[in-house]
Amino acid sequence: MNNPIQNVMEKIKTWARTNSPWAIHFNSGSCNGCDIEILATLTPRYDVERFGIKLQGSPRHADVLICTGPVTLQARDRLVRIYEQMPEPKFVVAVGSCSISGGVFDGCYNVVGDISEVIPVNVYVPGCPPRPEAIIYGIEQLLKTLQP
Amino acid sequence: MPRQKSERFIVPIGPQHPALKEPGHFEFTVEGEVVTNATARLGFVHRGMEKGAESRTWTQDLYLMERVCGICSHVHSMAFVLGVEKLANVQAPPRAQAIRELVAELERIHSHILWLGVAAHEGGFDTLFMFSWRDRETVMDLLETISGNRVNYSANVLGGVKVDINERQKDELLRGMDFLEERTRHYLKVVTEDDTFLGRTRNIGVMTFEEATRLGAIGPTGRASGLLRDVRMDSPYAGYPDFPIQIVTAKAGDLEARFVVRIKELFESYRLVREIVEKIPSGDLTTKIPRRIPEGETVSRVEAPRGELFYYIKSNGTDRPERVKVRTPSLCNCASVLTTAIGHKLADMPMILAGIDPCFSCNDRMVVLNGPAGQSLWDWEKLRQYGIEYYKK
Repeated sequence: MNNPIQNVMEKIKTWARTNSPWAIHFNSGSCNGCDIEILATLTPRYDVERFGIKLQGSPRHADVLICTGPVTLQARDRLVRIYEQMPEPKFVVAVGSCSISGGVFDGCYNVVGDISEVIPVNVYVPGCPPRPEAIIYGIEQLLKTLQP
Repeated sequence: MPRQKSERFIVPIGPQHPALKEPGHFEFTVEGEVVTNATARLGFVHRGMEKGAESRTWTQDLYLMERVCGICSHVHSMAFVLGVEKLANVQAPPRAQAIRELVAELERIHSHILWLGVAAHEGGFDTLFMFSWRDRETVMDLLETISGNRVNYSANVLGGVKVDINERQKDELLRGMDFLEERTRHYLKVVTEDDTFLGRTRNIGVMTFEEATRLGAIGPTGRASGLLRDVRMDSPYAGYPDFPIQIVTAKAGDLEARFVVRIKELFESYRLVREIVEKIPSGDLTTKIPRRIPEGETVSRVEAPRGELFYYIKSNGTDRPERVKVRTPSLCNCASVLTTAIGHKLADMPMILAGIDPCFSCNDRMVVLNGPAGQSLWDWEKLRQYGIEYYKK
């Protein structure tokens, strides 16, 4: 990558990516606890939009996939499909204990396991459920790794 | 130009959809803009918890059952402990019962304000969503000061509670209730007087008293149609005999009535929280409970924020339950959505869907199908294939 124009373009892309990541949220078997905390990060007290983070409806517009819960047999195909519909480069944040290890649902017959058994994960946020601050910190860690 | 004979379309919604925070799949058949048929497919968050409960001890199950649903986690654990205490013939001390009721009412406040925000968001009224969720943080802080966690409080243990409230927390609770009451009065004014919003709620999704009875609607959804049904009043449990509630109902049965019923229930919850804080009985927090629960079966009912929550627990005398059956309110109300949806515009669907305050993670249960040749047990692969074939049509 010696072309100076390409270099500049890459820098602009990284700048744009780290300053306004669009996220999509998918619940693959969570108890809702993490989902309401993710929703709480959008609301006035935590307000992630000040960092340029926006929750987006369509996987085709999203950079970051925020996953909650263990993966159930029913939701597995959907999770993979949503992941494949996202454009490159894509990142996955797994929120909550269940998405890290299966949590309390470990061993239930309809649970495949944690998120990393189905799709690659970049950042894990532990907690049952994690506080909104922790979720914001997790996404910030992800954005830090994107910096050159 | 000759018109086409049929302009029927099927609009699939979900399982991943911006209007749904949880995975659920709905198919609406539309003719033009009007919905003529609706079907739901549930089961995306079915995890097999009832079966999982059988391989865990009574204490471990308490934490598992709390995670049936994150929004109404306390009522799930309360239904479970009340059932187990009934089996073991143990009565939790009065102070513990009062604290159970206190946390349940705080949870109802958080759940109803959460619903108010989400329902307003589905109606395109994001200002109300943001304001109500800002105020909801007040009650989240109170729950955190009492239990140490914002969601999944785990306040219950078998035979009592593990959290107590002190004088400082009582002050905080009273101050929080004053603030929320003032804000809620404002919200009641908004949802009953704002013309634009009333256009989305008045006479939309009407469910008459007869229909509500026929469909078995429960909770605020049923009460908005005039059904006098509330477990807290019908068969009081925990602290409710000492601190009774007054039931809130409405006649209209439309979306506006559901907003009004839920908001008025908030006032009732504020009153109860104040009353409990003032008159909380003193004494122990827990009593002793055996590790092995005596043989027997029982039914335990509590009023969750969404309606009646039903637990069936069977013990075989060991340290693990033999069967735990959960029936959650969203499942009962689901049929009412599919019926009231017909005849409305597609744009009203998110509002009607949100009107029952659906909670899919509570909902997703396994059903055993009785096959044609008398076979009643299906293995997983067969069930999965059946599901794929059924929805292919």
